[in-house]
Amino acid sequence: MTHPVPFRAIAVAAALFGGVSAAQAQETIFYSTQLRPIEEATKVRDVLLKGLSGKVIYVVDEPPAFAVRMKAETQAGKRTASVVGALHGELQPHVPADIEPIDDVAAKLKDRGIPASLMELGKLGTGHQQYIPWMQATYVMVANKQALQYLPQGADVNTLTYAQLQEWAKNIVDKTGQRRLGFPAGPTGLMPRFFQGYFYPSFTGGVVTTFKSPDAEAGWNAMKELWAVSSPNSTNYNFMQEPLMAGEVWIAWDHIARVKEALTLQPDQFVAFPAPAGPKGRGYMPVIAGLAIPKGAPNRAGGVAVIEHMTKPETQLATAAEVGFFPVVKADLPPNLAPGIKLLAGAVDATQNAKDALVSLLPVGLGAKGGEFNKVYTDTFQRIVLRNEPVKDVLESQAKVLDALMKDTGAPCWAPDKPSQGACPVQ
Amino acid sequence: MSSRTSWIPYALIAPSVLFLAAFFLVPLVQTVWLSFSGDEGLSLVNYQRMAGDLNFSLAIQNTFLLTLVVVPIQVALALVMATMVSKLEKGRDIALWILTIPLGISDLAAGLAWLSLLQNTGYLNSALYALGIIPGPVGWLSQETPWSLFAAIAMAEIWRATAIVLVILIAGLQLIPKEFSEAAEIFGAQPWTRFRRITLPLLKPSLQSALILRTVLAFEVFAVVYALGGRNFPVLAGEAYTWQNENQNYGVAAAYAVLIMAISLAATALYLRVLRTRPEQLP
Amino acid sequence: MTATTSEVQPATAARSMTLPSARRLLLWTGMAVLFAWVLVPIYFVALGAFGGRLGVFRWPKSIWPSDVSFAPMMQFLAIEGVFNALLNSLIAAGLTVVFSILLGAPAGYALARYAFRGQNAYRLLVLLTRAFPLAILALPLTVSFIRLGLYDTPFGVSLIHTVLALPFAALVTQSLFMGIPREYEEAAWVFGCTRFQAFWKVVMPLALPGLAATAIFAFVISWNEVFAASILTVRERTLTAYLLKILAESPLHYRFAGGFILILPSVLFIFAVRKYLFAVWGIASK
Repeated sequence: MTHPVPFRAIAVAAALFGGVSAAQAQETIFYSTQLRPIEEATKVRDVLLKGLSGKVIYVVDEPPAFAVRMKAETQAGKRTASVVGALHGELQPHVPADIEPIDDVAAKLKDRGIPASLMELGKLGTGHQQYIPWMQATYVMVANKQALQYLPQGADVNTLTYAQLQEWAKNIVDKTGQRRLGFPAGPTGLMPRFFQGYFYPSFTGGVVTTFKSPDAEAGWNAMKELWAVSSPNSTNYNFMQEPLMAGEVWIAWDHIARVKEALTLQPDQFVAFPAPAGPKGRGYMPVIAGLAIPKGAPNRAGGVAVIEHMTKPETQLATAAEVGFFPVVKADLPPNLAPGIKLLAGAVDATQNAKDALVSLLPVGLGAKGGEFNKVYTDTFQRIVLRNEPVKDVLESQAKVLDALMKDTGAPCWAPDKPSQGACPVQ
Repeated sequence: MSSRTSWIPYALIAPSVLFLAAFFLVPLVQTVWLSFSGDEGLSLVNYQRMAGDLNFSLAIQNTFLLTLVVVPIQVALALVMATMVSKLEKGRDIALWILTIPLGISDLAAGLAWLSLLQNTGYLNSALYALGIIPGPVGWLSQETPWSLFAAIAMAEIWRATAIVLVILIAGLQLIPKEFSEAAEIFGAQPWTRFRRITLPLLKPSLQSALILRTVLAFEVFAVVYALGGRNFPVLAGEAYTWQNENQNYGVAAAYAVLIMAISLAATALYLRVLRTRPEQLP
Repeated sequence: MTATTSEVQPATAARSMTLPSARRLLLWTGMAVLFAWVLVPIYFVALGAFGGRLGVFRWPKSIWPSDVSFAPMMQFLAIEGVFNALLNSLIAAGLTVVFSILLGAPAGYALARYAFRGQNAYRLLVLLTRAFPLAILALPLTVSFIRLGLYDTPFGVSLIHTVLALPFAALVTQSLFMGIPREYEEAAWVFGCTRFQAFWKVVMPLALPGLAATAIFAFVISWNEVFAASILTVRERTLTAYLLKILAESPLHYRFAGGFILILPSVLFIFAVRKYLFAVWGIASK
C-alpha cells in the first residue's frame, strides 16, 4: 500500500515547487463558502458552470477554513484559487491584503443591471470595487401548518408583530405543552444576524447607536418573554430545517438557504412569511454573496470569465431555480420554480414590499473584527436572556465593548443607523 | 551505561527531536509569540481579553469538572475491565476486541453516536417513553438542563476513551512477574491486600502514563462536547476554537492554547511527582 | 476490585475448573453489560445510517431495525470525490505509519534501554505535543507548508499526523522494549554480535508484533484526524476532512451514515490487529 505513495507525493510536491505547470494554467479554481451542501455543489458543477470554456474546478470550504487559507496563502505568496465566492461579511476581512480591486471587471459588467446600491456594497468601504455581487438572499419565518390554528385572533402571518409572535407561541405552549418556537442559536447558527438585522432595527430603529437606549431595554425584556416560549433546544440549532422537519419546532426564523430543504421536500406542510415587526418597523437584512479575485490569482483571466458567466441573467435565473438564491440582476423569476422555492420567493417578496419594511444593511468597515462584532450581540443575549443578568447593567458593559470596537475600526454608521462622521458612536 | 556508549541514545532520539522541532516547536513558538503580541510590541492584552470574557471562568470550571469526573472513572472502569477479562476462560480475544473498539473511533464519530441516543427524538427518550416514564420527547442537551448535559458529555467521553487506559493497564499488568503475587498468595494474603500491596505499586508506571495521557487529552476535550452540546457547555479548547474561527482573533485563541498547555504541563508534573518511579523498581 | 497479578496472567486450567458457576454467571453478566455499553451506541448510529430520512425523525423510535435499506448508504457513497478522498486518507495514514515508526521506535528504544542526560527533557517534548491543541497551530503551519510546497498534499498532512502519532509510537515502543529483557541482548553481545546485530536478530523479532500494533495506532490516529487535514488541503482532502465538509451541512441521516463510515474502519482495524495486540499484552499467549 505504501509503495506508490512517495512517488505520488513527490510528483505532487514537484508540481507545486515548479509553480504553475502548463496543465494547471488552463484550469480555474473557483473557491467558495457558498453552495457548500453536496447537492448544491453538484448543481454548481453540473449546471451553473456549464457553458464556460476552460476547466473550472469548484471547491467549497467553511467560512473559518476559508479565512485561514486566504490569509495563509497571502503570507506564503502562493495562490491556488483564481476566483473566490463568499458572503459580503466573509470577504471583508480580506481587504486589502488578500483580494485585489477589480474596477476593470466592474466596468465590463456595466450593462448587467446590478443595482448601484449593491455595487456600492461591493466596494467594502474603499474607493474601489472589491467584489462583484453574485447572488442574494435574506431571512424568513417558516411555520408548520399545524401551528396556524393557534394564531392569535386578528393576526395575519404576513403582517405579524413580535407581540403577536409571542402570543402565538404562548398559545402553542398552553395547548400542546411544548415550546415550539425555534431560533438558530447554536454554534454555527445565524442568531447574531437576528439581533443585528431584525431585533435591534425593529425595536430601536438602529443597530449600534441605539445599543443601550431605553428602546433596547424594552426590546430585551420582550426578548426574554419570547425566549420563555421558545424551544430550550434553540441553543443547539444551527439550521432550522431539521427541527422543522422533525416537528420539534413549529415556528422558526432562519436564512432561506437553511430552511429550504424543509420547504422543498414538504411544500404542503409549511408556510413561509416575513419576520415580525416591532415598534420601529419591520427590520430585515438582505444577504449578499460576492465574487472576488484573490491577489496573485494563478489564472486571473479564468477567474474573470467565471464572474462574467455567473452574473449573466440566464445563469442568475438558473441559480434561483436550482439552489434558491435570488438574482442580483434585474430578471423575472421563471414560473416553473419548484413549489418550495416559490414559497420562499413569496416570503422574500412580502418582506421587501412590506409597508413598514426597514432595511438593515450588512456592517461595513469592521474588517477582521466582524466576528467580535457578532460576539457583542450574542454575549448580550447570553447574559440577559440565558443567564438572567440585569438588562441595564449588561447593556452598559457591552456598550463599552461595542464602542471600543467601533473606535478601533473607525467604522462609520450604516443603515438603519444615521450616517456618522468617523466611527459610529454608541449613544 | 558506560561513557563509551553514551552517544547512542542521543543518536537514537535525534531524528525525532529534529522532526518535532521543525513541525511542532517552531509553530509552537510562533503561537506563544502571537499570544503575547499586541498592537505595539509585547503585551498581555490577549490574556486580558481572555480572562475578561464571559465564558472564561465557566470554561475553566467545566473543563476541570469534566476532567476530575471522567479520568478517575476511566481508570477504575479500565481496572474492572482488565480484571474481568483476565478471569474469562474463553472468548478472551473477542471480549478484548469488543472492549477496545472505541480506541479507534474518532471523537467526531463518538459525538454522533451519542447524539443518536440522546437527541430529543432519540433512543433514550423512546425507551423512557415506552416505559411510560416521560409523556413525550424531553430535551437532555439544552442549556436549561446543565446537569444532564454534563452527564451526557461525561458518558460519551468515558465511552470513547476508556479503551486507551485499558490497553495501557493491561500492558502494565503483563510486566508484573506473577511470582510476586503467587508468593503473597502462599503467605496467605487476601485478594484485596494482594491488589493493594503488590499489583497497584507495581502498576505505578503504567498508571502514570495512563493518567498523564488521559488528563492531558481531557483538558483538550472539544469535539464530543461540541457535537452534543454546541456552546451550551463551554470548555477551554472549544473557546480557543471559537476565538480562532468565529471571532477570528488569533491572539486570544493563542492565549487559550498557551493556557491549556500550561495546565496540562502542571498536571503532568504533579503526576510525575506523586507517582514517582525509580528505574530499580521496574521489573 | 479483586484484581491480582496471578489472575491477570492466564489462569491455570485447574483454577478455571474450580470457579463456581454462580461467580461465572456473575462474570458473564458483567461482561455482557460492558459489551452492551460499548456496542449499543454503535448499533444506534448504524440504525440511523440505514434508516433513511424518515427513520431519523420518527417518534417514538423502535430499537429494532425497521425499513432498513441500503439506499441512503449507497447515495452517500456515490457522492463525487469520496473515492479520491479515501485514497488520500490511505496515503496519508500509510506515510504516517512509516514516519512515526522510523522516528518513534529508535526513541522508544533509547528511553527503554539507556539512562541519559536530557531524557526527561525529551519526555517533556513528547508530552508537549499532546498538551497543545493542534488546531491552534494550523495557521503558522499552513503558511510554512505553502512555502515548502507541502500544502494540499497527503504527504504534508502525514507530517502533521506524525507529530500526533510520534508520542504514541515512542511511548508504546518504550514499554515494548522494556518488556524484552535486556539480558537477551547482552547474551547476544557475549556471542560476538555487534549492538546493531543483537538488536536486529534478537530484539526485532520479539518486538515485531508490538511494532505492528504501534503501526495500527498510528494509522488510526491519522485516519481519524480531521482538523489539520481540512486546514492543510483544498482539493486533495482526506476522507474525514471531506466527510466533515459535506456532513456539517447535510441532513441527520447523512450525518449518521458518515458517522457509521468513520466507525466501521476502526472496528476492522482493531479486529485485524487484535492478535498482535494480544501478543504484546501477553493475554492470549501461553
